[in-house]
Amino acid sequence: MNIAAIREQFPILHQEINGHPLVYLDSAASSQKPRSVIDAINRYYEKDHSNVHRGVHTLGSRATDAYEGAREKVASFLNAALPEEIIFTRGTTTALNLVASSYARNVCKPGDEIVITQMEHHSNLIPWQQVARATGATLKYIPLQPDGSFTLADAELTITANTKVVAMTYVSNVLGLVNPVKEVAAIAHRNGAVMVVDGAQSTPHMRVDVRDLDCDFYAFSGHKMCGPTGIGALYGKKALLSKMEPIEFGGEMIDYVDLYESTWKDIPYRFEGGTPIIANAVGLGAAIDFLQEIGMDEIDKHQRQLAAYAYDRLSELEGVTIYGPKADRAGLVTFNLGDVHPHDVATVLDTEGIAVRAGHHCCQPLMRFLNVSSTARASFYVYNTEQEVDQLIAGLLKTKEFFGHAIG
Amino acid sequence: MQLDDLYRRVIMDHYKNPRNHGTLEADAVTIKLNNPTCGDSIALQLQVDNGLVTDAKFSGEGCSISLSSASMMTEVVKGKTFDQALELADKFSSLMKGEPVEFEGYEDIEALSGVNKFPARIKCATLSWNALRKGIEQQQE
Repeated sequence: MNIAAIREQFPILHQEINGHPLVYLDSAASSQKPRSVIDAINRYYEKDHSNVHRGVHTLGSRATDAYEGAREKVASFLNAALPEEIIFTRGTTTALNLVASSYARNVCKPGDEIVITQMEHHSNLIPWQQVARATGATLKYIPLQPDGSFTLADAELTITANTKVVAMTYVSNVLGLVNPVKEVAAIAHRNGAVMVVDGAQSTPHMRVDVRDLDCDFYAFSGHKMCGPTGIGALYGKKALLSKMEPIEFGGEMIDYVDLYESTWKDIPYRFEGGTPIIANAVGLGAAIDFLQEIGMDEIDKHQRQLAAYAYDRLSELEGVTIYGPKADRAGLVTFNLGDVHPHDVATVLDTEGIAVRAGHHCCQPLMRFLNVSSTARASFYVYNTEQEVDQLIAGLLKTKEFFGHAIG
Repeated sequence: MQLDDLYRRVIMDHYKNPRNHGTLEADAVTIKLNNPTCGDSIALQLQVDNGLVTDAKFSGEGCSISLSSASMMTEVVKGKTFDQALELADKFSSLMKGEPVEFEGYEDIEALSGVNKFPARIKCATLSWNALRKGIEQQQE
């Protein structure tokens, strides 16, 4: 993997921030975009744009082909059986809310259970709280070990014959943990429940095979994987999606409308009301091409190496607490630097041109489990280098010195 | 952007030795606010008497900017009328916009003027002041 050549393709990386070359270590929040994705969106608007599925004119066909071509790319990227199992959404949050509103609300009743974990980010937690509130179902949590992981034995104990939905993140955006979702899906299915996977953090970084995982639903966002903001997708097994009712009505999802009754199109269109997010879907398709050209296994290896390197370098710093397990870590490291508040850490790093995330990472219940109000997080992607990790460490040394001096 | 613009010595002093940190009697007005972007929280307590803030204390957790700002706010607001306190809150908003503002008799607050150059941190500095405003507006209703 030629990092220099890859970096060359990301225009945004070549700038100075506060007088220093930008070191972008916040890709878990949102990744940067390669030239090919930016060009694909521009080209679409300059040459091919029209509404889809309606026009009989040439641009209508081109736009439709581009949009449906992107759906096929997503289906193949996730190894879905059929393109119609891919529903374009605004992102992970909308995708998970679609499952909660259209599937779970109609399936759950009092006495039923929804099983999640305390490491879920808000988008895979609050929709289930809301389903439980609306249906009388019980929300249950698989207990976590001190390092934030859970055991399959505990998953077996928590998931019961009353469980209707198990929802879980594939990769934790705080702990860097890769969850055994395939094994949990098997437990869910033995108990008659569906398995929902939050793929926001896994899809950008590793080979994902929804058929091998045997999950029933899988949600992800385009903007974390080199694609544009405002596009993501829900994968669902055809048999389940076909039974679900739409939750947004109008536009492309309509089949036949009468004064008092109407019918819907088949999947996936029945879930894509209004004019769809055409240009961004095209951009997502270009992002998938970009990632596949490098190879998902290569990307996975690279970001794991960076995370392992960062873990070791951070461990050498006195006063640093690192959260999550050391082994088998996805491409991010979450930490705190002594008593220095993460906001202060992030501000000092920013003056050195280094972008990290500080806060609760949309995981307030997990922060409470870790007994902190917030943390700092460095997250890596295909364009990051070991040298940038070294710059992070130098920035943290400066932070320590500054706050040690200023406070002490 | 210079760090020293943001982290002035007086700020660090308030951060390390917060004034009025703790809680008041149970009948004090209590306002709890969160900074939802980072999980920081503040509980501000005001002892009020006939349109006057007679005492103020705060607790909670936050970064150096939010805690030092709370420390300074509680110091300056004591003994002020509701209207004077709201006027101070307005002055603080002006300070955050980079406008030249003087806090006569309590210049510590002016050390926070550097926050203006760090837009991401303005929310930290204003948390306790928003709590103050909310508490007084509740009393005035």
